[in-house]
Amino acid sequence: MPEPLLEARGIVKSFGRVRALRGANFTVNEGEVVALVGDNGAGKSTLVKTLAGVHQPDAGEIFFEGRPVEIHSPLDARRLGIETVYQDLALAAELDAGANMFLGREVLRPGLLGKFGFIDKQAMRARSRDAFANLGVALQDTAAPVATMSGGQRQGIAVSRAVTWASKVVFMDEPTAALGVVQTRNVLDLIARVRDQGLAVVLISHNMPEVFEVADRIEVLRLGERVAQLRRSDVTMEDVVGAMTGAITHDGEAR
Amino acid sequence: MSDVTTKADEPELEDEQPRRAPFWQRLVAGSSTPIGLILVALIVVFSVMESDAFLDSANARNIATDAAVLLVLATGMTYVIITAGIDLSVGAVLVFSGVVSAKAMNAVGGDNWGVIFVGLGVALAGGLAWGLINGFLIAKAKIPAFVVTLGTLGMALGASLVITGGVDQREVPFKLITTIGTGRAFEQIPWLVVIAFAVAIVFGVILAATRFGRYTYAVGSNEEAARRAGIPVDRHLIKVYALAGTLAGLAGFLSLARFSTTTIGGHDTDNLAAIAAVVIGGTSLFGGIGTLLGSVFGVFIPAVLENGFVIVGVNPFWQEIAVGAVLVGAVYLDQLRRRSQYQR
Repeated sequence: MPEPLLEARGIVKSFGRVRALRGANFTVNEGEVVALVGDNGAGKSTLVKTLAGVHQPDAGEIFFEGRPVEIHSPLDARRLGIETVYQDLALAAELDAGANMFLGREVLRPGLLGKFGFIDKQAMRARSRDAFANLGVALQDTAAPVATMSGGQRQGIAVSRAVTWASKVVFMDEPTAALGVVQTRNVLDLIARVRDQGLAVVLISHNMPEVFEVADRIEVLRLGERVAQLRRSDVTMEDVVGAMTGAITHDGEAR
Repeated sequence: MSDVTTKADEPELEDEQPRRAPFWQRLVAGSSTPIGLILVALIVVFSVMESDAFLDSANARNIATDAAVLLVLATGMTYVIITAGIDLSVGAVLVFSGVVSAKAMNAVGGDNWGVIFVGLGVALAGGLAWGLINGFLIAKAKIPAFVVTLGTLGMALGASLVITGGVDQREVPFKLITTIGTGRAFEQIPWLVVIAFAVAIVFGVILAATRFGRYTYAVGSNEEAARRAGIPVDRHLIKVYALAGTLAGLAGFLSLARFSTTTIGGHDTDNLAAIAAVVIGGTSLFGGIGTLLGSVFGVFIPAVLENGFVIVGVNPFWQEIAVGAVLVGAVYLDQLRRRSQYQR
């Protein structure tokens, strides 16, 4: 059995008196699409934010390529090659698409100007246009503020940003929740393409047909704990829903 | 446009035209353009009504000199408001810096450039100190900027009164007054104006073209997104308030040079004047939007109005009423434009 790419063991996270994660485990293997499912309040977003460095776990261990790691900040996650599409997209609405693409990674001008911190807006816009074109995100004007764009376009920018920078894992927290039929199709196709490039994708979704279409494996969270690890080919939607609602309660190894 | 795309690994970009609106369209749609037109219109109206007096070079100098200190304050305020913050303390910090600067220069004594530079250094350091206090309390202690800077407003002004015993310092090196205070570059442009515009241009370029500027917009646009993107948000906010404080210190030094006294009681509304100028110039109080060019326009509209009213014989008290109306009108126009643009 190959070593998991990313493994979380016994993650505990409380917000005040709310225990969002109660010793959750989670596994991501190299180059797979794993769906993280669970009912509202199961702790999916909290788990993803913990692995993305937004939240610090109260207890538990994280292993990356077999080594124990600590992810204290989004920068730590980024250095490991982990990128996240947050549920709220985390875009700066007043900035343009290129600026959002390179947020926190601004390209500096060559030479002396770059040493003084001058940024190369043209290069960033051009590289963003390429990325959007590759991923099929249609934007009329990459220099327009993101606030002027539709929900689908914004989603496209956030997904493109994560996919462009990730070298190992992309987390996607309900990437299709706000999208129409065609745009959802695009995102699902994109997930498959990203996997084919060798990246692992963690998909959080409520939509079972979607999960069954793209996921290789399914991990189920319930009340802050993992209650099932399932191979998509071995299970039916009823099994997954059963695990989500508590009909199945063991942390099953379904390999 | 193509002169910048020099990356060797992207040759295919050359033939693909960037989909950007042409320059004139961006100019028309630019956030500071309407207010620039209002300024031009005011100048035209006053010129037509009283061309001899208004267009006189001495009068232009007067307007610019009156506006210079405010422009320095508005430069720092532009950064602060783009981060969705506010700095009410700039007027008090200006006074404090002038006071400690005057005290320091008197303590050193003499009438030469050495003393003047000591005074400048003390004024900038005094402003920086208050700016750092503001920044730390806002970014680290997470106290709202309005409250923090209202507090430091009182503290800085109170400290100035304690240091001086409430009596203005009137002993300022003569050389400072005759050079920076009332001297002119090439016998024409007052040094105060040169310095103020140099500050506005340098920080305007930094805001528009550097990573520091980009972070400023990003923090104001979506602080959480900036944080998740790895931008050191807290540190950046501290730097921005430190900048605003330091520029208030510079403004205090310039004010000292101009009036040759600390004018402790004369800056109670400087903070509001600076905020009004920045907002008139199209910077959004909600953060993420604004330009320094707009702030320059925003500084000069009240200055031109006041001067023009005097010259055409309108009671200058009307100036404050007009500026108030322009302020409200500018924000309303901004809201209208944003509503039509952002509704999708």
